[in-house]
Amino acid sequence: MAKPTAREVLLNPLFNNNPIALQILGICSALAVTSNLNTALVMSIALTLVTGFSSMFVSMIRNQIPSSIRMIVQVVIIASLVIVVDQILKAFAFGLAKQLSVFVGLIITNCIVMGRAEGFAMQNPPGLSFLDGIGNGLGYSAVLIAVGFVRELFGAGKLFGVTVLPAVTDGGWYQPNGLLLLPPSAFFLIGFLIWGLRAWKTRQVEHTEFKMAPQTHKEAY
Amino acid sequence: MSNKESTSRTLLVALAVSLVSSVFVAGAAVSLKPLQIQNKLLDKQRSIASIAGMGGRELPAAQVRELFGETIQARLVDLGTGEFSDAFDAETFDATKSARDPQLSVTLPSADDIASIKRRERYATVYLVENAEGGIETLILPVRGYGLWSTLHGFLALAGDLNTVVGLGFHEHAETPGLGGEVDNPRWRGQWAGKRLFDGEGRLAVQVVKGSVDPQGTLAAYQVDGLAGATLTSNGVNNLLHFWLGEQGFGPFLARLRSKEA
Repeated sequence: MAKPTAREVLLNPLFNNNPIALQILGICSALAVTSNLNTALVMSIALTLVTGFSSMFVSMIRNQIPSSIRMIVQVVIIASLVIVVDQILKAFAFGLAKQLSVFVGLIITNCIVMGRAEGFAMQNPPGLSFLDGIGNGLGYSAVLIAVGFVRELFGAGKLFGVTVLPAVTDGGWYQPNGLLLLPPSAFFLIGFLIWGLRAWKTRQVEHTEFKMAPQTHKEAY
Repeated sequence: MSNKESTSRTLLVALAVSLVSSVFVAGAAVSLKPLQIQNKLLDKQRSIASIAGMGGRELPAAQVRELFGETIQARLVDLGTGEFSDAFDAETFDATKSARDPQLSVTLPSADDIASIKRRERYATVYLVENAEGGIETLILPVRGYGLWSTLHGFLALAGDLNTVVGLGFHEHAETPGLGGEVDNPRWRGQWAGKRLFDGEGRLAVQVVKGSVDPQGTLAAYQVDGLAGATLTSNGVNNLLHFWLGEQGFGPFLARLRSKEA
């Protein structure tokens, strides 16, 4: 494998190797916090910072970590960072912290953070690992914000809480699509995004892993 | 340098990482605590103001402080006798803490404990808004009780007749989002305004019904739709209202206020 450059690790996760669209990681929080752009944006920033710094710290001590406890050490570092982010949100953006509630805490279990720590930071120097974390965070953010944009605009007629399409319930003309405010709609939207991305970059299309063989004997009569 | 994979080395790294992380986390938690407490108080006051119909949830902090400085007064009530009390400072009195203190709370016999709170504090902070004549314009009572997963903490605002609901809302709970969590839904909360608590004979008649209220029914003025898919949370809300408006809750206090008004 050629040595990755700073530009590559920062920009590749945006489209070429997007953590949500290609690796299908971090879907849970992408469903939960994208019903409006405010929470999507705060969650994106929180996750990007946590991924960046956790990768950096893990990479700084990567030569000291015994392999038998490496995952626990990674989780301890990630968990500490997440708790600090949660405390900061509670102190400076209480309303948003209340809306994000448990999902900030769940960044700890977000596969993207853990995946970058184990998959990249353990083998690469701190600076590059930091950029890789930030890049993957940005990849996650791009999807979250795209989904949040569509969900808030068509689900509530608003962007960042500001009315864009005045809804019928408030005396306007726009009939909001309530489905978009419910978590399943994010599944559809992410599905469309992945479809679009793979139609554009055909290298991301997965090869069929196996073919169903035709049934050869009867199991029930 | 000893082998990276040796047991002593593993323990050492584990210890060092834990130590550094805990100092880091503890530092953040301690240094940000004052701001968080301030935010929590502001959030509670904002919630009280919105339940009492004095502004939305978006009220700016300065206005909330002004409301609580001038219009809304906090008063301490002795729940046993139903009288106002000066035993503690009403603004800083911590009901949750005192409910755990045997000196400041009573154990509820299980037959009376319909809201499943186990212990009830002796004192409670109520909030009053006075009208021009010095009577009560709005009375805001703290209520709490068990729903499905969590204790719901909220406030019930009553109009001056001590019978008409101005609003009911919960500022702290952990019910299932989308089901029991719909206690926060403005549309559901909006139903409470104008509902009556006591019937003509002074019996507690307010009720959260399963399904929706029949608007033609004779009891429609006392009834509120249940939350769809959240029967236990709905029952919890019903129980906590019955508890706090009953003899074990604010019953004696309301009776005293009523006799004074009459």
